[in-house]
Amino acid sequence: MLTEKYPSEIQAIFAKYPVKRSAVMPLLYLAQREEGYITKENMQEIANLLDLDVTEVAGIVGFYTMFHDEKAGKYRMQVCTDLPCALRGADAFLEALCDNLGIRVGETTPDGLITLEEVKCLGGCHRAPLFQIQEGDMVAFHENMTVEKTMELVEALRKSVNSSPRAATA
Amino acid sequence: MAYLLLRHRDIPGLENIEIYKQNGGFRALEKAVTTLQPKQVVEEVKASGLRGRGGAGFPTGVKWSFLPDTIWPHYVVCNADESEPGTFKDREIMEGNPYQFLEGVALACYAVGAAEGYIYIRGEYYPIAKQIEACIAEMEKQGYLGDSLFGTQTSIRLKVHLGAGAYICGEETALLESLEGKRGQPRLRPPFPAVVGLYGKPTVINNVETLTNLPFIVEHGAAAFREFGTEKSPGVKIFSLSGNVERPGNYELPLGTPFRELIFTHGGGIPNGRKLRAIMPAGASSSIIRVDDSNFDRVMDTPMDYESVPSLGSMLGSASVIVIDDAHPIDWVIKKTIDFFQHESCGKCTPCRDGNYWMKHLTTRIHAGKAIAADVKLLDNVAAQVYGKCLCALGDFSTMAVRSAIERFPEDFEKVTGNS
Amino acid sequence: MAKLINLKINGKPVSVPEGTMVVDAAKKAGIDIPVFCYHPKMEPVAMCRQCLVEIGRPVIDRATGQPVLEENGQPKLQFGPKLETSCSTPVSEGMVVITDSEKARAGQREILELLLTSHPLDCPVCDKGGECPLQNLTMKFGPKESRFLYDEKHHAEKHFPLGDLIFLDRERCIQCARCVRFQSDIAGEPVLGFSQRGRHTEIVTYSDPGFDSVFSGNTTDICPVGALTTADFRFGARPWELKSSASICSQCPVGCNVTFNVRREVKAGGGYVIKRAMPRQNEQVNEIWMCDKGRFAGYQYTEADSRLKLDSPELDQALSQAAVKLAESASQAVFLAGGRLSNEDFYTLKQFATRLGAKAYLYTRHGGGEYTTRYGLAPGSNLGNLGKGDTVLVVASDLYHEAPLWYLRLKAAAKRGATLIVANARATKLDEFATFVIRYSYGDEVETVKSLSSKEKVGEAIKNTHHLVIFYGADGLGLTGTTALAQACADLFTSLPVSQTAPKANNGLIGVWSTPNQQGALEMGFAPCADLAAELKDKTVYILAADPAGDDPTLAEALKGAKAVIAQDILETETTRLANIVLPAAAYTEREGTFTSGERRVQRFYPAVPARPGTKADFALIAELAKRCGIDLEGRSALLVMNQIVANEPAFSGITYAKLAEVTEQWPIIGRSDLFYGGTGYENKQGLGVTLSLTPGVSPQGRDKQATLLSPSPAAKEMRGEGLRPKEDELLAVPITKLYDNGTTVAPAKLLAAHIARFDGVFVNPATAKKYGLENGSQARVSLNGVTYSASVLLDESISTGVVLIPRSFGIPLAEPAFVLLTALEPAQEA
Repeated sequence: MLTEKYPSEIQAIFAKYPVKRSAVMPLLYLAQREEGYITKENMQEIANLLDLDVTEVAGIVGFYTMFHDEKAGKYRMQVCTDLPCALRGADAFLEALCDNLGIRVGETTPDGLITLEEVKCLGGCHRAPLFQIQEGDMVAFHENMTVEKTMELVEALRKSVNSSPRAATA
Repeated sequence: MAYLLLRHRDIPGLENIEIYKQNGGFRALEKAVTTLQPKQVVEEVKASGLRGRGGAGFPTGVKWSFLPDTIWPHYVVCNADESEPGTFKDREIMEGNPYQFLEGVALACYAVGAAEGYIYIRGEYYPIAKQIEACIAEMEKQGYLGDSLFGTQTSIRLKVHLGAGAYICGEETALLESLEGKRGQPRLRPPFPAVVGLYGKPTVINNVETLTNLPFIVEHGAAAFREFGTEKSPGVKIFSLSGNVERPGNYELPLGTPFRELIFTHGGGIPNGRKLRAIMPAGASSSIIRVDDSNFDRVMDTPMDYESVPSLGSMLGSASVIVIDDAHPIDWVIKKTIDFFQHESCGKCTPCRDGNYWMKHLTTRIHAGKAIAADVKLLDNVAAQVYGKCLCALGDFSTMAVRSAIERFPEDFEKVTGNS
Repeated sequence: MAKLINLKINGKPVSVPEGTMVVDAAKKAGIDIPVFCYHPKMEPVAMCRQCLVEIGRPVIDRATGQPVLEENGQPKLQFGPKLETSCSTPVSEGMVVITDSEKARAGQREILELLLTSHPLDCPVCDKGGECPLQNLTMKFGPKESRFLYDEKHHAEKHFPLGDLIFLDRERCIQCARCVRFQSDIAGEPVLGFSQRGRHTEIVTYSDPGFDSVFSGNTTDICPVGALTTADFRFGARPWELKSSASICSQCPVGCNVTFNVRREVKAGGGYVIKRAMPRQNEQVNEIWMCDKGRFAGYQYTEADSRLKLDSPELDQALSQAAVKLAESASQAVFLAGGRLSNEDFYTLKQFATRLGAKAYLYTRHGGGEYTTRYGLAPGSNLGNLGKGDTVLVVASDLYHEAPLWYLRLKAAAKRGATLIVANARATKLDEFATFVIRYSYGDEVETVKSLSSKEKVGEAIKNTHHLVIFYGADGLGLTGTTALAQACADLFTSLPVSQTAPKANNGLIGVWSTPNQQGALEMGFAPCADLAAELKDKTVYILAADPAGDDPTLAEALKGAKAVIAQDILETETTRLANIVLPAAAYTEREGTFTSGERRVQRFYPAVPARPGTKADFALIAELAKRCGIDLEGRSALLVMNQIVANEPAFSGITYAKLAEVTEQWPIIGRSDLFYGGTGYENKQGLGVTLSLTPGVSPQGRDKQATLLSPSPAAKEMRGEGLRPKEDELLAVPITKLYDNGTTVAPAKLLAAHIARFDGVFVNPATAKKYGLENGSQARVSLNGVTYSASVLLDESISTGVVLIPRSFGIPLAEPAFVLLTALEPAQEA
């Protein structure tokens, strides 16, 4: 139960808005914090908290690309391949990442560490190639990347996961 | 020339509140709150000729004056959902010069009588949102936000709302829906947000860069602001330069600076000995400007302001200048832009939802060479068919690159003509 | 009255009230503009963009405020560069609308082409084919051929069950959101929504069970494509094979106007069978909606295996035997009739009883009806007109379950500004829309109503209202309790100024009966019997459309002690099983007649299918019996009986079958015959009905003294002082009504089996369950009056501890609130 896990944070979120419903996105991030995705139970709890129907909450989860309702790798590596990035080689970069990670876009490494995703503009066009890593409710940018730098990062992430369950990605 | 918006480039450590204060920080806010009536602030901003930097270029002061005095409370919402491909300017302001930005938001609140302002930051800018929240806390601690500002009756509170991945939330009514905890889909207009906005109340929605101009205008006056830029497009503008240039990045320049200066002087020109072939001055939403030997100088000498860029058959928009060299076919470029719009279409209205889906198939097939000449014509038709019928501007934007590409780069589409 | 605005549409001058949308103004002028997302019952959203038109507005001189004139003296018009959506553009003075120019038509055609790219075009196998707005509008406004490559179509799930009543075809959906908006804005149950976005946008439900709403069927009517279909009709028939027959739903006292669609089938020996029920527009009753019970249980029992029938000689013999028994008993005969009978049946029965000297009772446990005949709604009433300045009180009723359309209408009234007061011992769904919610303890109903006037805000709302409408139900009440409650409600009216008690429209007391025509019986002077078991002893009992033996073992015993039992019904029941003589009646779907709704509206129903061989309409059977007793009654046709009712029953004066069949133009126009503007629900061509006249304070008994009819049932006796407070270990058991019950006419609805099962049990608070070692679904013993019943335990947090709710019709014969013991049948598992 979110209310048991994060009582003070939930209170702070509610204090931000004059209308309860506005709290739905912050609450969904909270729900995504630990497992990286939102369970139906979480959606139901949030619906109850906000006097919404669970279907309304699910519709919001479905609308926004940063909310997930299915489990994936611990880190979602999201590579931008939009026009400005693509002009600077993002497509080739993503392809090379696939080869190096041994997975295709949308897949997760066998150890459950990385899910590789292709996303739209992240607002880092001048530092392409770039990706962001989504972990739980957090996001970190990795810009001016090369395949080598990326693979080093993956290794570092793998090590930190082995030493601490909830590593900072930044 | 000293920076007006990207001042952190002149003043290291400006993201620290003490350094910001040492460099004139919050003087404008204090001046406004202690010596000016809200209406005077509105008038000053009107006089400055400041136009919205989010893309539409609507005069900011005029927008503010639409709020009815009879309905309260008023809200200020800052649009920090920067998501247009090729745009990354608001991000640098918030990262490097956050207090000037927040002072600007507070000034807007004061001007329209809003006690509360929301800053809607795109979800991908999570670390920036955390930083802005910390800055707000610091300002509250030091009395620049909160109750009884500068010993007056004025209260202003700012709150950060984090988006979660949706370009459409940069559309102001979709942004409001999202902030209200709904799917971020545009609202039917009228009524406009100035009358029925956040929670049904009169609301001003301004872009980060727009608001960051306010401290300067309030402190130094409209006339000082008008010293930069042109008569109709006063002030400076941050140009986000991306694509095939040596030095992509943000460049703060007066409005009216010619393309040549941005792309060649600041951007260092086209790398790898390639030639400049096309410019998209307003990100993925642009009509594509063709550059070739016949018009090179004319394009390069065109001033980048709201009035002049249309003479090239395009728009300045958010001034997100994507430079495309001659190694990239234009049929591929529009496949990329349509991929984007198709992915970001909210699905609410038919032409955008179904039109982009159709255009995605057409652009993909055309680029793959699996099309006949009639498909190019059909693509142009479908784009024309979508244009002017959508609920919000996204649908229209999606057609800009497509139609201009087919019209201006016929040779790139001729490879399919050969099949027919 | 709103100001009239003058405009021109395609050159035709039109005057419509201010605020009207262009699309509706055009409809009124007989000009069709194609729409998909727009629905005349919902706020415009302008999503589908189908209704694009050219709109010009007069140019106004800013200095003078006057229109600028052209050289020819005509106002100068300014047309926007873009086409506008006529659904979201309100009319304005001097506006010029062009819907059929090449520009407008191109816009409409282009949007249609775009819509069709995402549509599977599987019309030949689609249930909507033949009555599909998309199909029809494509024929009229669409492109002639597709430029979209078929193999680039977006494929999505087909045959997706949203629940067990409604299926979704995601490919056919054109994302108009009519269903989503109906559920959230009209039904108040936002259990449908969109997920994903762009071309991947899809309808979803996350409710448990899926699509958890009692109004779900309406979404299939307003769906402009074949995306939403009902489980009973999909692949059942093609619309063009169907004939339609007007009827009135018989599942509750609202009297929703419906249309039965029928076709001939082999399984009926080449005869007609009913394929589906659809709402029929009556803006004063059900608008264009109906509930799922009416749709999925309203007629299904017509074809139930348990239908009673006799061949001709058998029926003749049964009638003769029954006549002999009744004739020899005469004043020792007791008639007992349920509120499922029509006005014509009740009248005939009343005549028979009077002439025979027998006693005739209405079989019901919902008393106080006599007050509704004195303080009921007057002609001209329309709940749809209640709004600001009006007050509605709902007491001891769960309208969502007992009369869903009233729930819908009151929810809308509250939205229009009416003060809605909901008083009940437990939470009900209407609470959400109430201005005031009053919670009392079971047993305190009468005190609660009496104290309303003295409450500050609620009292003001009642005293200062333009109109006061009170709905009283039987939630937690039996015959005595409801009678006392009705009296308290009537007292509330008499305590008000005369201006509010004189007969006027939209003012009055409404009983939330469990049957469609209890009101009709009451208007003719029928009343329930206070001590039925005693009354039946040694009598010859003639029971019609009622199952006392099935409802209550005490009554079954009493019937066994009767001299003879003659049971007349449609279906086999406990009562028909123990009867000496059984007379098979035709279902109301097989005959003509009228019902009087709780709002006192008399409405006609027509035969949808022929009567089963070996059955007859109730009035005909009654007249036949009477004839064999030497009493000559009219039994030839319902119309002839109505003529007598009109002559002899003052409340019915002035009514004729022809008048009941009259129709006046209704707004909004829903337009089935053209392009299904408002969906596939039916226009009303067979009658809007007539509300009975009313003389306040005068009971029918007063005007028409019938010695045979019993005086009003006795007032509530006090059970245990203040409220009904159980002793330690005891629970207060109260009877309640759930929508999907196990009643005679509901149980045969196979599609609703799972819904009915959800209410088969006893409801308690989780804390109560825990106290008794019970959990959700566990079996418990309920000891009532020394008899033990077993039942499933169902949990509901909104019920107060100390109370156990017993849904009616599921086997525990709780007639009045009672104290019971609850014990676990088997020990609950340790959590």
